[in-house]
Amino acid sequence: MTIGLSHYLIVAAILFTLGILGIFLNRKNVIVILMSIELILLSVNINLVSFSAFLGDIIGQIYALIVLTVAAAEAAIGLAILVVFYRNRGSIAVEDINAMKG
Amino acid sequence: MMHFTLPMFGPILPELLVLAGALALLLLGAMRGEKAVGIIDMAAVVILLIAAVLVIFEPGTRTEAFSGSFVIDNFSRFMKGLVLIGSASAVVMSIDFFRAKHIRRFEFGILVLTSTAGMMVMVSARDLVMLYLGLELMSLSLYVIASIDRDNLRSTEAGLKYFVLGALSSGMLLYGASLIYGFTGTVTFAGVAEAVKQSAPIGLIFGLVFLFTGLAFKVSAVPFHMWTPDVYEGAPTPVTAFFSAAPKVAAIALFLRAALDAFPTIVPQWQQIIIFISIASMILGAFAAIGQRNIKRLMAYSSIGHVGYALIGLAAGTAQGVQGVLVYMAIYVAMTLGTFACILAMRRKSGMVEEIDQLAGLARTQPIVAMFFGALLFSLAGIPPLAGFFAKFYVFLAAIDAKLYALAVIGVVTSVVGAYYYLRIVKIMYMDEPADAFLPMPNGLRVILGVFGLFTILFFVYPSPLVAAAEAAAKSLF
Repeated sequence: MTIGLSHYLIVAAILFTLGILGIFLNRKNVIVILMSIELILLSVNINLVSFSAFLGDIIGQIYALIVLTVAAAEAAIGLAILVVFYRNRGSIAVEDINAMKG
Repeated sequence: MMHFTLPMFGPILPELLVLAGALALLLLGAMRGEKAVGIIDMAAVVILLIAAVLVIFEPGTRTEAFSGSFVIDNFSRFMKGLVLIGSASAVVMSIDFFRAKHIRRFEFGILVLTSTAGMMVMVSARDLVMLYLGLELMSLSLYVIASIDRDNLRSTEAGLKYFVLGALSSGMLLYGASLIYGFTGTVTFAGVAEAVKQSAPIGLIFGLVFLFTGLAFKVSAVPFHMWTPDVYEGAPTPVTAFFSAAPKVAAIALFLRAALDAFPTIVPQWQQIIIFISIASMILGAFAAIGQRNIKRLMAYSSIGHVGYALIGLAAGTAQGVQGVLVYMAIYVAMTLGTFACILAMRRKSGMVEEIDQLAGLARTQPIVAMFFGALLFSLAGIPPLAGFFAKFYVFLAAIDAKLYALAVIGVVTSVVGAYYYLRIVKIMYMDEPADAFLPMPNGLRVILGVFGLFTILFFVYPSPLVAAAEAAAKSLF
């Protein structure tokens, strides 16, 4: 069988759903949340690149490169905030992020 | 031989000024360290005000740059003016606070500048790539600003929560953007609008919903508001003041432009979503604030409610509705910054206090501050003849003209419910036995409170310049 656009989109949709579930179901560790966010951004990139290939339009690939760059900056900032939080709290378990109710 | 034409940099002069200023001040901060904080904060305010003057006094024509992905029109001029005023005021308000708490960091002014540059790009963005870049430049700076008090557990926790939920919302927005790109074959709003006119496949509607979800996160509309109370409470108070003004304006501007510029022909499809989040925000903002003891948390719910009122104008989907949103955001920025100037003045020798009960008897210890604070709270509740009444009046009028009667009625009912918690603070200030007096208000806060307080009180005398500017701005989206 030939692999068409819809196969790529389904893979991306599954990855996206896994990423969202990873954020909401995860009760253990903030690092897992960071990985889930990366997963979401990767699913977006698969979407963009496959659309770009099937539409024959270059913008999607440029968009994917920009997303990669911003994702790197986002991970750097996320880890930095996590480090200062760890210094204050002494833990990065999700259940310990509870200084404020809600 | 290839020819390159340089893009036009003229239209982005204010953005360039803000960004170049941020880089120059970063260099200064890196060389001089904490000694340069005073200069950097002053310079940041001056840069923001110069950029505001540049934006407001540009010739009033429509200019497009970078192949149409960046647009300057009356709408962007109005919103950028608001964003710059909000950011500059937040920096002024921060100076005394950080000095008193001994957490003066030169990064604050610089990060405000970079996030403001992101907001200005958001306001002018007219394609999905520019939208994303502006949004991320703003958000990444805001995550760091939220945890600027890095030795404080609550501040870092606020930053962490904001980061996780903000990154999630950016991811959703991007997923939506990728679907919109795939089903229309273009990223420009004009191209998307052209493609949507022919057909709107289900995949595109999916993308639209994801895009709106991401934007609703950024404006903190229900059901995507859960980060707001914690971030508002945990972040240092001037940071909260900053969050509640400029980024909200920029996100609302992006919301308006994305909805009306890219999807003008399928209004009924997205109108239902906007109506739902508007009603949900108004109701939650009115009821959840009632039990709050912490004034910053109360302001968080108040801001959720106000976003709900502003979105009524977008739900109407008409030029009149957009005009209502613009007037609402301008008045909201003035009211909320004035209120935060009063909250920042809640300081005793022992330190800052944030409980509402600590305001007891403020009318006897500081009558002028109490008078302004009372007027601002009445205005937030929407009581005539203060500015907040006119803000609500214009959006309700637009909703009624668009035949959204239920939305207008629910809006009026929730503002009556919301009046309860604003008036309770006034009662505590005027009727209760005085607590210990606060320290005298620093000069910077006095200026902010005076300017925005007088604007709120005297708006009814001469409302036409703001209303006319909003009308001109709204027309440029249609």
